[in-house]
Amino acid sequence: MKTSETVLEMDHVAKKFKKGEAFDSLRDLIPALSGRVFTRKKRSLAEHEFWALKDVSFQVARGEAFGIIGPNGAGKSTILKLLCRVMKPTEGRIVVNGTMSALIEVGAGFHPDLTGRENIFLNGAILGMKKEQIRKRFDEIVEFSGLADFIDTPVKRYSSGMYARLGFSVAAHVDPDILIVDEVLSVGDHLFQVKCGQKMKQIKEDAGATVIFVSHNLRAVAELCDRLLLLERGECVQLGPPGEVINSYLNRILQRPVSFTHGVGISKVTVRGRTGEQVHFESGEKAWIEIEVCATKHVSGLGLAIGFKTQDHWSFFDTSTSRLGKRTFSVGPDRTVRYTFELDLHLGPGSYYFDVALYRYDAQMIFDEFLQAGTLMISTEKAIHGIANLYPVAYEQDDISDTFELMRSRPGVA
Amino acid sequence: MMESIGEIIKYGDLLYMMVWRDIRIKYKQSVIGIMWAVFMPMVIVGTGILVRYGFALASHAPVDFNDLAAVSVKAVPWAFFVSTIRFSTGSLVGNPNLVTKIYFPKIIFPISSMFSQMFDLAIASGLLAVVLAFMRIGLSVHLLWVPILLALLVLCATGMGILLSAANLFYRDVKYLVEVVVTFAIFFTPVFYDVSMFGKWAYIFLLNPLAPILEGIAACVVHHRMPQIEWILYSAAASLAIFACAFAFFTKLEPLFAERI
Repeated sequence: MKTSETVLEMDHVAKKFKKGEAFDSLRDLIPALSGRVFTRKKRSLAEHEFWALKDVSFQVARGEAFGIIGPNGAGKSTILKLLCRVMKPTEGRIVVNGTMSALIEVGAGFHPDLTGRENIFLNGAILGMKKEQIRKRFDEIVEFSGLADFIDTPVKRYSSGMYARLGFSVAAHVDPDILIVDEVLSVGDHLFQVKCGQKMKQIKEDAGATVIFVSHNLRAVAELCDRLLLLERGECVQLGPPGEVINSYLNRILQRPVSFTHGVGISKVTVRGRTGEQVHFESGEKAWIEIEVCATKHVSGLGLAIGFKTQDHWSFFDTSTSRLGKRTFSVGPDRTVRYTFELDLHLGPGSYYFDVALYRYDAQMIFDEFLQAGTLMISTEKAIHGIANLYPVAYEQDDISDTFELMRSRPGVA
Repeated sequence: MMESIGEIIKYGDLLYMMVWRDIRIKYKQSVIGIMWAVFMPMVIVGTGILVRYGFALASHAPVDFNDLAAVSVKAVPWAFFVSTIRFSTGSLVGNPNLVTKIYFPKIIFPISSMFSQMFDLAIASGLLAVVLAFMRIGLSVHLLWVPILLALLVLCATGMGILLSAANLFYRDVKYLVEVVVTFAIFFTPVFYDVSMFGKWAYIFLLNPLAPILEGIAACVVHHRMPQIEWILYSAAASLAIFACAFAFFTKLEPLFAERI
């Protein structure tokens, strides 16, 4: 994507780190140095190095929301640190046009002994605001955080949620050209998370700022970002529209080697909707979860269980083949079994994941467990919160007596 | 170098906030509060007077009032120097979150440490001025030297602070080394004594760039005479060299801070 105004560019960037512990005291350094002089042996450095990023290139345009996803250790945080210049790339070039506000850790500059008010000024200055600017926006910041009552309390008495709220509030009011956000939405309560998401959208749309967003919360990423970068072991895997990239990310997670510790295992889990393999569903839609089981030896008496959990690991639904009245099945080297669970997704908006287990009921034994086997992202037409969708409708009646008439006219109501 | 100085100026408000934070935290939740600013110089002055009294007894000479005043006048800047170095050394390591997560010129840490100690210096100096006035030390034209000498002291202390803060980030035992050196440095610096006591060997002590500054302050405040210009020039050159080297060293290594902290 080539646009008129590129605010941020990474050009074949690579970053190398040294593994293991560097000498961090003179006491260790001096013997090591003298040892090297006397033995004249060169330590091979190559084995102590690893590349956290390899040849990463992308451009971000003004006003774009750019997301970076990938498993832990993929190099997401390294990219952010390079972007906000706390580290220098080993190779390649980074160009940034504009002021930047980094929210890599909420309230990174907070001092526990200072009050909320004092910390707003301190944190604002750390993020590059002028004192006058902070004073002007102070009320807005406090109001957004919802901490007006605690603003003169030292932040060490704050809960972690309050801490995060104040941190985000300051960072969101810096008015940067580029806002970098790393996993902030994982803290704070649901309402505040929604508020953060809205604020980020607003910063992007009203102020025309560019947002770089790193998160494991795929739903939040999908909602906010225009483009996504999928990173794996320091390499760019895919760059494109959120839907596509998320799908291929989830598929990559699902391709897993079967363990076969008991000679039998879950080899594949696929989520299908009406249109084929998919992750996004409307609330109320049907989903089909296909589970394939294969084996290296003959095993019988098997059953499959599936359990759903929310993002915060609260298990809210589970079922199994035996509870659904199915007989146990058997697999062997010649026989792969595919089971499909059909589900009506009367769920509230959010993302949910499910675990799959392969077990033998009579032996009380789990043969294989596939944790976080898949993810479902649910959106609803109506703005509702919670895990269930009860399809709410609200009526308004002007005249209360009508209601009584209505009730009286019903049979069985006195 | 000009570029980095420009950046620091751009972050002037941050520097101000960091100094304010350090001062604020120091006096929050402390029993004697602002008295801390005079506590350390007072201990040094007390020790100095004791030592001078001992000298006087041993040499059967009367205790000179001016000598006691000179000890006090030298002790206050010395306390500033020592606490600046102590505080600066830990300033980067003490804020790992800010070093690894947010970009701004990191040299603000040691510089703000110096400024927050300067606040203590100002309070202690004010108190000292009152005491000296009571002691009828009097005024003279030579007092105009004091700002120049203090500026040199600040330059030297800041340079050392910048250097040590970066060194401590890479090698944590620098801090212990600093503690030891700073504790014993008072014996190699003319705070409790005057270099003139050593006669022709005085110049050895004056090679310590702090010595001419402290002696100069005592000379113009207590003895109402010009400091030794040639030695002041030497101090100025040394301080400038320390500062310039420290600055270059710091800015060169700054990109490595986030990885090595």
